[in-house]
Formats: sequence, structure tokens, C-alpha cells
Amino acid sequence: MNDTLISLAVIFSQLSLLAFGGGNTILPEMQRQVVDVHHWMPASEFSALFALAQAAPGPNLMVVTLVGWHVAGWAGMLVTSVAKFGPSSLVTVLAMHAWERCKDRPWRRYAQLGLVPVTAGVVAASAALIAEASNPTAIAWAITAFTAVMAIKTRIHPLWLLAAGSLIGLTGIGQL
Amino acid sequence: MGARKNRFARRRFGANLLSLNRKLTDMDHDLTTPEPALARPPTVWEIFGGFLGLGLISFGGALPLARRALVEQRRWLSAEKFTDLLGLCQFLPGGSVINLSVAVGMRFRGVPGALAGLLGLIAGPSLIVIGLGVLYEHTQNDPHVRHLFAGLAAAAAGLLISMAVKILLPLRHKPVAALIAALGFIAIAIMRLPLLPTMLVLTPFSIYIASRKAR
Repeated sequence: MNDTLISLAVIFSQLSLLAFGGGNTILPEMQRQVVDVHHWMPASEFSALFALAQAAPGPNLMVVTLVGWHVAGWAGMLVTSVAKFGPSSLVTVLAMHAWERCKDRPWRRYAQLGLVPVTAGVVAASAALIAEASNPTAIAWAITAFTAVMAIKTRIHPLWLLAAGSLIGLTGIGQL
Repeated sequence: MGARKNRFARRRFGANLLSLNRKLTDMDHDLTTPEPALARPPTVWEIFGGFLGLGLISFGGALPLARRALVEQRRWLSAEKFTDLLGLCQFLPGGSVINLSVAVGMRFRGVPGALAGLLGLIAGPSLIVIGLGVLYEHTQNDPHVRHLFAGLAAAAAGLLISMAVKILLPLRHKPVAALIAALGFIAIAIMRLPLLPTMLVLTPFSIYIASRKAR
């Protein structure tokens, strides 16, 4: 049990400092650690937790909390949350003064610009991995494609799209 | 005359797309109307309460709501200051709104304020998400619930794809940036390499390219 908590702390504090470009960039690494390295759950279960977290309000990566709770109960949730939100928050606190001082230094903009393509590639990888793990059936792929197109082409609220997907799923059409 | 004007507008639009990233900050500034005076600095409890409310109402991304709450409703920050802080928060590791809660708290009330902002933002969603988790574990053997969650998971994956597309689209006219994004995709999604070495190789290269281009 203690070993699990220590592993959670190590994994998520590392992820916390790697999450450049927001939470979705660390999704593949989180999945790799939780599913492939530590075998805490199968990939399909990880996707289910990710989906649950998407349906809840709040910042982007509440799946972190849920993974900690799923693996090691309330202690796991606490350890994971502190590990995930602590280090990046500390960096923010420390960086505020430096950021103010470097307002007009050119490197500040180069670094910002340079991070964009890396983030884009990693978020795309996130999307591919999560889609693959969430979609065992053709109907699931159809729901994914429909949701993606609607979210790109219209300004419809994401929550409605999640509700629509759940309803289509509930009918059981095309599922095992 | 009309056609010429149109062509000119289209060309300008293309140019704008190319430098969209650089211009986002200025644009944000331009769009803001003259603002009312700022409110007095919030107390630690007001910071906690403000971000608690934000956490509970922000479905599907908290960023637009954060701006409305902090700049327009509570008037803790000017639009300009908000954009500047957001730039920092997006640049640093971690979710941008999470970093923003820390930065805003820190700005007004130091470390206690930073803690209040962060805890306020994640307290409500943490409890809700665990409530959903409990519900899921108790009902996951019911075939209806399983079907519903299969649909929910598929839709959530679709939302993630849409976000990836929106981030990738502006890169389509920048071959080098697109190549870096493609390398990142191959390393993570296909070769399943760990994130740390991938970023350690790609990020310095990408920043170097960005600085060469800007010169």
C-alpha cells in the first residue's frame, strides 16, 4: 500500500513539472505509467475515468484525482493531488517575479512560440491514444467522429455533446 | 473596386493567421472596451470563494469563464494584467487555469492567497469527480450503465480530437513547426516513448527554430 502511494507521488510530481501546454500533454505518459508500467488498470478503464472527469466541472485534468482515488482510495487521492498540483504551483509562485522582470526580453517570446508545435504534437498523440482505448466498436468510433466534427464546426457547448454521446451509448446500438 | 478591397482583406487575413500566435496578446488587448475601476484587493477568503465558484461552474474548460469572473464580474484584475498573467500561466507547466488561481492568489495575498486560490478551484470538482467515480464503481456491471459510459467515453475522445485539431490547424502553413508536431506525435503515440526525453529533445530544437525565424 505504501509502495503504491510512493509510486503515485513520484509519477504525478514528475508529470506536474512536464505538463507544458496544459494538462492534456501528460495524458499519454499518465496512461503509460498507470496502465503499461504499473498495471493498476486496463487502458479501457483509464479511458472510462478520463471520460468521467470530462463530464465533471472544473479544470482540465480532474482525471488525476480520480486515478489516485481509484488506485489507493482517499489517501491515494490526497497524495496524487498534492503531487500533481503542488510542484507546478510552486513553479508559478517562483516564476511570477522573474516573468515581470523579463517582460521585454526576446527569449520570453521565443520560448512561448517554440513550445506551441511540441504541445500540438503531444496533444494530438493524447487524442489518438484515448480514442483508440475508448473505442472498441464501430458505433463508438462514429460517436467520436460526430462529437469531434460538431465541436470543431459549431459553437455548441461540450456538455451537450457528452450528453448526446451518452444517450446514443445508452441505446446499446452496435455494442456487445 | 469592391473586388480589390476584398482581395486585400483576404490577403491580410492570411497574414494575420500566420502571426496569430504572436498577435493573440495584442488582439486580446484591442478587443477590451474601456473598463470600470478595479475592486479593492480580495481577502484570502474571497479568493477561496471566487475560485470555488469558478471551479463549480466551469464545464468543458474554465478559461473563458475565468476571464469573465476575474476581469468583468469581480474586477480583481484589469484586462491587460489578466492577459499578462495568463501568458505566464500558459507558458509554465501545469493547467493554465490552475496556475492562474495560484498566480492571482499570490498577487493579492502572497502564499496563503495562492493556496486559497488553488484549493478553492479544485475542492468542488474533486468531490464531484469522486462522487461520479463511486457511482461508476457501484453500477459498472449493469449493462445499461456500461453502454452509457461507452458512449460518454467515445464522446470525450471526440472532444479531445477537436481540441487537437484546433491546436494543429494554425501550424499548417508552417512546415517546420508542423514537422516538430509530427515528430512529437510519432514519438508519443506510435513509438510510445516517455514524455520527458521526447520533450527534452524537441523543445530546445523548436525554441531555437522560433528564435531563428523571428530574427
